[in-house]
Amino acid sequence: METFTYYPGCTLRTKAKDLDTYARASAEALGIALEEPADWQCCGGAYTTARDEIATKLSAVRTLNSAKEQGRALITVCSACHNVIKQTNYDISRDEDMAMKVNNYLQLPEPYAGETTVYHYLEMLRDVVGFDKLKEKVVAPLKGVKIAAYYGCLLLRPSAALAMDDPENPTIMEDFIRAIGATPVIYAQRNECCGGYITLEDKSQAAKRSGAVMGSAKDQGADMLITACPLCLYNLKKNSGSDLPVYYFTEILAQALGLKEGNDE
Amino acid sequence: MQRIGVFVCHCGTNIAATVDVKAVAEALSHEPGVVISQDYQYMCSESGQNLVKDAIKEHKLSGVVICSCSPRMHENTFRKAAASAGLNPYLVEIANIREQCSWIHKEIATATEKAIILGRAAVAKVHLNTPLTSMESPVVKRALVIGGGIAGIQTALDIAEAGFDVDIVEKKPTIGGKMAQIDKTFPTLDCAACILTPKMVEASQNEHITIHSFSEVEEVKGFVGNFTVKIRKKARYVDETKCTGCGLCTEKCPMKKVPNEFNMGLDNRSAVYIPFAQAVPKVATIDPNYCMMLKNGKCGVCSKVCSVGAIDYKQEDRIIEEKYGAIVVATGFDPIKLDKYDEFAYSQCPDVVTSLELERLMNAAGPNGGTLLRPSDKTHPHTIVFVQCVGSRCDDSKGKPYCSKICCMYTAKHAMLIREKYPDTEVYVFYIDVRTPGKNFDEFYRRAVEQYNVHYIKGMVGKVTPKSDGKIGVQASDLLSNEQLHIDADMVVLAAAIEPDKTARPLATMLTTQMDTNDFFTEAHPKLRPVESATAGIFLSGACQGPKDIPETVAQGSAAAAKAIGLLCKNSITCNPCVAHSDELKCNGCSSCEKVCPYGAITYIEKEFRMPDRTTAIRRVASVNPAVCQGCGACTVACPSGAMDLNGFSNSQIMAEVDAICK
Amino acid sequence: MNKNLKEQVLRSSGVNVLKCMRCGKCSGTCPSYDEMEYHPHQFVYMVEKGDIETLMKSESIYKCLTCFACVDRCPRGVQPAKVVEAVRLAAVRQQDGNRLSADQIPSLLDEDLPQQAIVTAMRKYAK
Repeated sequence: METFTYYPGCTLRTKAKDLDTYARASAEALGIALEEPADWQCCGGAYTTARDEIATKLSAVRTLNSAKEQGRALITVCSACHNVIKQTNYDISRDEDMAMKVNNYLQLPEPYAGETTVYHYLEMLRDVVGFDKLKEKVVAPLKGVKIAAYYGCLLLRPSAALAMDDPENPTIMEDFIRAIGATPVIYAQRNECCGGYITLEDKSQAAKRSGAVMGSAKDQGADMLITACPLCLYNLKKNSGSDLPVYYFTEILAQALGLKEGNDE
Repeated sequence: MQRIGVFVCHCGTNIAATVDVKAVAEALSHEPGVVISQDYQYMCSESGQNLVKDAIKEHKLSGVVICSCSPRMHENTFRKAAASAGLNPYLVEIANIREQCSWIHKEIATATEKAIILGRAAVAKVHLNTPLTSMESPVVKRALVIGGGIAGIQTALDIAEAGFDVDIVEKKPTIGGKMAQIDKTFPTLDCAACILTPKMVEASQNEHITIHSFSEVEEVKGFVGNFTVKIRKKARYVDETKCTGCGLCTEKCPMKKVPNEFNMGLDNRSAVYIPFAQAVPKVATIDPNYCMMLKNGKCGVCSKVCSVGAIDYKQEDRIIEEKYGAIVVATGFDPIKLDKYDEFAYSQCPDVVTSLELERLMNAAGPNGGTLLRPSDKTHPHTIVFVQCVGSRCDDSKGKPYCSKICCMYTAKHAMLIREKYPDTEVYVFYIDVRTPGKNFDEFYRRAVEQYNVHYIKGMVGKVTPKSDGKIGVQASDLLSNEQLHIDADMVVLAAAIEPDKTARPLATMLTTQMDTNDFFTEAHPKLRPVESATAGIFLSGACQGPKDIPETVAQGSAAAAKAIGLLCKNSITCNPCVAHSDELKCNGCSSCEKVCPYGAITYIEKEFRMPDRTTAIRRVASVNPAVCQGCGACTVACPSGAMDLNGFSNSQIMAEVDAICK
Repeated sequence: MNKNLKEQVLRSSGVNVLKCMRCGKCSGTCPSYDEMEYHPHQFVYMVEKGDIETLMKSESIYKCLTCFACVDRCPRGVQPAKVVEAVRLAAVRQQDGNRLSADQIPSLLDEDLPQQAIVTAMRKYAK
C-alpha cells in the first residue's frame, strides 16, 4: 500500500465533510494510504500572486515541507487548497527572492525549495492508480448517467503552475467519469469561474457566473455536475437558480466503488 | 623575411567613433615583419583599394592585413585588389574590428585595445599564409526544386524557360500545393484554380521539367554545382505510366470513408483516389492505410475495373539517384494545429473552422459544391464571426512570435465574398491591427468595410461557447466602445497562424542550410541576398523562408530561379582552395575524419610506403577530394594524430593567432 | 502620475506591462467585465501610464475573481490578473485601507457558506 501525505484543508473539516470522507474511503479501497501532516494550517483559500507577499504563503510552505520531511508526495483534494499549494510550490522553486524570505522566516532544518511533488486527488487517480485500474475496481458503474465535469478556474489555471491538464481542453475529469462507467458531457463553460468568493459581497455576480455554468452544462444534456471545490458547489447549488444536481467527485467515486448509497436527489 | 602591410579602416564613424584607428595603425606598425601600417577613411573605396595595390608594389609586400568589417563583406574586394597587384589573394587576412569590436563596445580605450589584439592575431597568421590556387569544378546543368506548390512550380518554369532541365519533387500525389486548395485570390478575387492550373499543366508539358510526385528527398550529398540526391518515389500502387486518370477505380472502390485531406477532412474520399480533378499528374494513388486489398488481401475491385492494368498491389518504394547543379527549396507552409487554443472551441464544435477549411467550404469542388453551409447541419450560416491572429504574434510560450502576414487579407476576402453571395449574412471580424501593406491591399480591405458593410471590431474574442440549439456564443471585447460583446453566431472562423512544413527541418539538416528558431529557412542576407541560403547552390523560394502571400511567393520563386540559372549557366565554378589535406606520414588510418565529414569528401586508399631498411609497407591512409571538401574543418578537429590540416586555416596558423591574442 | 505607486505595482505584480499588444483578449474573456468600471486591458494600460490612483479608488479592484482566464489566454503572457491584484493590494495596504473587517463577517454568513469563502475574502479585501 502506497502512502501519501494528505492535506484536507479547513473546509473539508466543516462544510465539505463529504468531499473528505469519501476521498479517504475510496483511497483505502484503491490501496492508497493517506496520512495527514501534524498541525497543518489553513492554506488561506486564495494564492496571493504578489511577489512581495510572504506571510500569506507560509502555511502552504509548511505543508509542503512536512511532506518533504516525510519523503512523500502530497495529495490535496479541495481545488482551492490545491491551487494555493501548487502555485506556492511553483513560485518558490523559481523565485529566489521569495524562497530566501520564506526560509529566513521559517528557519527550517533544511531550506525548502519546491522539492515536494503535489498531486490533486484526481491526478493521483490518473497517475498513481490509473484510470484502467480504477475501472476494474468499480462495482456499481453509473451506467447511462450523463455527468458534466466542472473544473472551474482553480484546478487548471494558471496552467504553467498547475500543470494538471490542458487548460482549454482538459480530459482528466472526463476520463474519471468514463472510468466509473458514466458518460461525460463536454460543455464550454466547464473551465469558467463560478463567481468564487464574490458571493460574499455581490450575490448577483455569483448568480450570473454560476448560472452560466449550470446553463451550459444543462444545455448539453447533463444529468448532474461534479466538482472538487466546496465553494463552487456552494455557488452552483445556492446561487445559480438551476435545479441540476451538483456533487463532489469523491461522492460518485465512492458510489461507484460500492462505498456509498446512490444519490436520489 | 616577410614584408607585411597593415591597413586600418575608419568605416566612416562605424569603426573610428569607438576605435582609435590611428593608435591601432601605430601599434601594429611595431609588429614583426610589418613594413607599412596606415589608416584610411574607407578602405573598400576605390582609392582605399588603390592604397593597398600601390603599397604591394612599392613595398614589395608578401602579406596584407586589413583591419575592417567582417570578411563576409569585403574579403573578396581586397583579395581581388591584391591579385591585381600581383599578390596571391590568399596572402590577405582580414581582422574584423567592426562587427566583433567597434559595434559591440562603448568605450574607446577597451575597443582600441581589442582592435590592436585582433590586428596582431591577423599579422601572426599572415606570417604563415601560403599562396593558394583555386581549382575549377564542373557544374551539372540540372536543377532540383523541392516542393511543388506555386513557389516550386514558378521556379521550375522559369529555370526550364532558360533551357535547363529541372526536376520537381513533391511529397503529395499532385503538385499544386496550398494554392490548389484556395478558392479565390486577393486582391483581384480571381479563382485560384483558374490561374494555377494553367501553370500546373505547363509544368507537366514542359520537356525540361520532370515531376516526381508522391516522392521525397532522402539524401543529399555533394556541393554547389555537383549535388547527388537520392529521391524516394513512394509506392502509389498504381503504374504512373499506364494510368490514364479516368477515375473509374475511385468510383468503384468500396472503401469510401477516408477523410479527404484535400478538403481538410470535411468530406470523404475513396481508398484509391485522385486528389482533385485538375491534379498533375492525373494519376490515381492507393492509400495503404485504408485499402482493404493491401490491408488484408480482400477486395481487388480497382484492379478488376482498370482497363489498362495500371493497378499494382506489389509496388514498392523506389529510390532513384540524380545529379544536380542547383537545389531550390520550396517546401511551403501549413496552418498550425489549434489544440492549444480551445477557448475558441475548435475541437468541440464542427462549425468553428479554420480559414483554410472555409476555403474548401466555399469552393465549387469542395464538400458542398460551393454553397456555404455549416459542417454540422448543412444549413446556411446567418452570422459569422472571424477571429484574427490565432496563434500569431504571441509570446513564445503561447504560439508563434511572428505575424502570419496573409490572414488580414484573406479574411477581408472571405468576408467580402460571403457578403456578396449571401447579403443576409452578418459578418464580424475581430482584429488587433489590420495589416494591409501591398499593392491595392488597403483599398481591398476598405471595400470590405465601406462597400460590403463587414463589421470590423477592434478587439479579441475571449471565449466561444457552443450551444445545443446550434448557435455559438461568442464573447469578445470591443475596445473602441469599451464593452464586452456577446454574439450568437452560426459559424466561427479562426485565422490560424502559419508555420513551415514539418519536412523542412530534416531537409535543412540534409542540405546543411540554416533555419531560424521558427524553422523558416534563413536567407544569406536579409536585404541583399533574399533568395539564397548561406550554403552555396541552395536557393529559397516561397513561404519556406517566411510567411508570404501568392504575389510575393511568385516573385521570390522567379528570383530564386534567376539565381539558379546564374549558376547553371556556368560551365564550371571556382572552388574554395581552403580545403583539407592529409599528411600521409602521420595518418594512422583510423577513419575518424571520414566519419565526421559531412560532404563525403574523404576516402581511404591503400598506399605503399618506404620503410626503414629499404623495406616497403602497405598502409591505409586518408585522401581528401578537394573538389568535394568545403573546408569546414571538422576532420582537423577529429583527427587524433594531427594528420589532417586545412589550407588557409592550418593548425599552426590558428595557434599563432591564439598566441598573438594571449601575448 | 505617481511614480512610486507605479513602481510598487510593477514590482509587486512582477508583470511587464510593455509586453501588451493591446488586443483586448483579456477583456474579451473576463467573466467580471460588466461589473468592472475599468476592464483588464485598461488596468494594464493605466499602469503603463502610471495612472494608479484612479484604479485604486475604483470598485473594479474588488470585482476581479482571480480566475486567471486572462493570464492563461493572453497571447503575450502579460498576466493582467496579477496587475489587478497588485493594485488592489496597494489600496488595501494603505492606512485604513481594509475593505472587510472581521466584525462584518457574521452578518455575511449563511448556513452553507464554506469557510473557504471567508478566508479567501479576507485575503482579497484586507491586509
